[in-house]
Amino acid sequence: MTRLLEFTLNGRDRADAVADNILLLDFLREKIGLTGTKTGCDGGECGACTVLIDDKPTLSCLTLAVTVAGKRVDTIESLGHDGQLSAVQRGFHEKLGSQCGYCTPGFIMASAGLLRKNPNPSDDEILEALGSNICRCTGYVKIIEAVKYAAALGAQGVSP
Amino acid sequence: MNKPMPAHNIGGYVPMIDGPEKVSGRAKYTADVIQPGQLAGRIYRSPYSHAEIVSVDVSEAAKLPGVMAIVTGADCDRGFGVLPIARTEYPLARDRVRYRGEPVAAVAAVDDATAREALRRIKLTVRELPAYFTSKDALAPGAAQLHEKKPGNIERDVLFELGSTERGFAEADLVREGTYNCAEVCQNQMEMHAAVAEYDALRERMTVHASTQVPYYVHLMLAQILGMDMSRIRVIKPHVGGGFGCRTETLNIELIAALLARKCNGTVRIVTNREETFITHRGRPETDIKLKIGMRKDGRITAVECDCDQRGGAHSGYGVVTILYAGSMLYAIYDLHNVKYVGRRVLTNTPPCGAFRGHGTVDIRFAFESLVDQMAVELGLDPFAVRRANLLSAPTFTDNDLMVNSYGLPECLDWVERESGWTKRKGQMPKGKGLGMACSHYISGASKPVNWTGEPHATVKIKLDFDGSIVVLSGAADIGQGSTTILAQTVAEVLGLDLARVRVVTGDSEVVPKDNGSYSSRVTFMVGNAALDAARNLKSVLVNAAARKLEARPEDIECLGEVYRAGRQDKGATFDEVVTEALKDSGTIMVTGNYSTIPESHGGKKYRGAAIGGTMGYSYSAQAVEVTVDEDTGVVTVDKVWVAHDCGKALNRLTVEGQVQGSVWMGTGQAMSEEAAYHDGLMLTANMLDYRVPTIQDSPPIEVGIVESNDPHGPFGAKEAGEGSLAAFLPALTNAIADAIGIRFNDLPVTPDRVFEAIEKRRRKGGST
Repeated sequence: MTRLLEFTLNGRDRADAVADNILLLDFLREKIGLTGTKTGCDGGECGACTVLIDDKPTLSCLTLAVTVAGKRVDTIESLGHDGQLSAVQRGFHEKLGSQCGYCTPGFIMASAGLLRKNPNPSDDEILEALGSNICRCTGYVKIIEAVKYAAALGAQGVSP
Repeated sequence: MNKPMPAHNIGGYVPMIDGPEKVSGRAKYTADVIQPGQLAGRIYRSPYSHAEIVSVDVSEAAKLPGVMAIVTGADCDRGFGVLPIARTEYPLARDRVRYRGEPVAAVAAVDDATAREALRRIKLTVRELPAYFTSKDALAPGAAQLHEKKPGNIERDVLFELGSTERGFAEADLVREGTYNCAEVCQNQMEMHAAVAEYDALRERMTVHASTQVPYYVHLMLAQILGMDMSRIRVIKPHVGGGFGCRTETLNIELIAALLARKCNGTVRIVTNREETFITHRGRPETDIKLKIGMRKDGRITAVECDCDQRGGAHSGYGVVTILYAGSMLYAIYDLHNVKYVGRRVLTNTPPCGAFRGHGTVDIRFAFESLVDQMAVELGLDPFAVRRANLLSAPTFTDNDLMVNSYGLPECLDWVERESGWTKRKGQMPKGKGLGMACSHYISGASKPVNWTGEPHATVKIKLDFDGSIVVLSGAADIGQGSTTILAQTVAEVLGLDLARVRVVTGDSEVVPKDNGSYSSRVTFMVGNAALDAARNLKSVLVNAAARKLEARPEDIECLGEVYRAGRQDKGATFDEVVTEALKDSGTIMVTGNYSTIPESHGGKKYRGAAIGGTMGYSYSAQAVEVTVDEDTGVVTVDKVWVAHDCGKALNRLTVEGQVQGSVWMGTGQAMSEEAAYHDGLMLTANMLDYRVPTIQDSPPIEVGIVESNDPHGPFGAKEAGEGSLAAFLPALTNAIADAIGIRFNDLPVTPDRVFEAIEKRRRKGGST
């Protein structure tokens, strides 16, 4: 069955006819064309599809699209303002928290979710927040540096 | 006025030039190529491990509305494979299936749901054959043959003895043997395999987007499989989400997508799921090693005897090369003589293995460094001292004719010993804690490519036109390792220009020069040298133009990047003015840079396959690992890794650090948790929960020391940085565990249950803890 879905995507209100059984991930990528959010596994294993729903990092591959009615969904495409990268994006770029880049949107959204809630996280809080995202390139060392750097940029007023 | 200065970037911390795309979601990967009207492709895979195909009935599937094309083995009778001597695999099985999950048929349909329903309607009828899931079973006398031309199920055996092991062991004060088993592991790169094929029936042209490390090999195999002229094929490599070797050969997915697209005269996108990505495999084979080493009291190694079986899976892939690397790369790290190697690459009814990061060298290195450590303890020698007693003296050639020109291993050892506090801390660690160390090495590209054509090994073009932007054209496949950035840096450095002036175009066979691809860590060395050559050629064009403009001799022209001048007092001409002058000659400037390896690097002829291992430069790595072992749970925690890597010259310290950390970390996975497990040929671990990749919470801090031995042939002195540090982690870990609890683990991965079991076994025997 198809129903009308009204929600806010990347700051813009929209209304779409969506199938009951379509995943938010597939809806974003295949129907809307926002391919920044990645599919990395067969469901709930890797974190590559992480988006923010009302600022909370959520796996879009385990979320039915219809369940975001009335909510705010932010994807990787929402970050950065006035032609500048956001603090987390800068962290992952400048500190090489991203190599192949495929897990990066998920890591960045999970990190953005963390920093919106907790602008100055401890090491343990970073590990906790990113514990369900898998990266196969970096060994995570530079991802941790990237998030710390983003927090420092945040303290200077750069939006996460 | 500011004094004009050439810009420099080499040796700096340079973020990747394509980083902004990756952190903003704008980077397009193959699965992101979504076009209106494209069809969804799905693959029907064999539920049998080994069987003769009696029939593949697709009639019911074909009746389903929305199904646009179905292909089976009947649609293609041409074999493919990365090695010209082993093209025995079909895109879709013909006559026989040899592993569970092998593609048998494929469907293109209007949407994914229809394609899936069509798969359910396909009927495969077979006569089952005996299947073998271990090397031992496949090698047993009387076992059925997987491939007609491979008696005994041996894809390739290797035997060499250089020097005399008999004499060598006689000279030893201590001779020890060990047996080692390393589980099969998978690359499990984050991007699942995908291909988008578009067939233009009117022009008889095929365009394929592929998630590959080797667009040129994909191009060759598409032509072979489709029976099409190469000039009618175009291969596009978008951003690639990692590879680690599983994409260094053409995969059946790319070929199947193309077969479907041609059959339905349309565009077909295949995005495999994670399970299919695992089953497509090309990982590191399960390896059984028997190793015997002779050592003098001073730590000098006198003889080595190594026996190696690799469970290669159902098809050759790179198998012949893998089993040869395992033998040849015993050399070129230490000064070894009197070495015997016996290798067998075995065909089994499991998914085909391939060229995983550190290709062929990793499991052998684990065994070697483990046994050396064990013997050092027995002789009361420090493990660093034992390595130092066996160093090469470069430049040199090894007994198997491998050329070693630069050798930073001594400096790597010094750095690791110092930074880890080894001398003070070794032997003084509290209960349950230990320190271990080990070394490894790797090639900077195979000197002879698998497709030997006589062309230069690498070619780069640079275009310069009226707009003054430098456009580098290269076929080098950036798979996240940063090759595009290295090419931009190289060209900018030579011309003294800011990186912002340089654009790099890669990944489209219609535009860029051919490149063999991103494997065996060849790109920085080979393509980097070609880029260096091209940039120097461009600089010469610009210097000549500047000389004309400034009415001076070319040899008096000084290139300062944005300014060219003739002598210190000369105000000179701007870069744009020089470009305008240069264009008067020829219009748009296009220069070429080439690189060819030297014959001395091509390896020897002392045994069949001795060319494998030959390279222009070896990287070296030493590392120390500190562990804590919880004897009540068997959980091993890696507290810290110190790794020194000799990359010749770090062109980009940021990406070198990233590559070295990534290599070491990938070693932690293989050493501690990763294992491809099967039940009756069914891969049990084909998902990211059962195939246990370390998470951020499991992963240690990794401190990197960069050692620069300045290779005489490397671009700016550089060698590889992305593979050589993987192997040493494995033995450094088990050596550290042995230091901590006195138990040596020869089988990988060292999981908590294995550790716990070993501790329990010792307790039952009444041993101390």
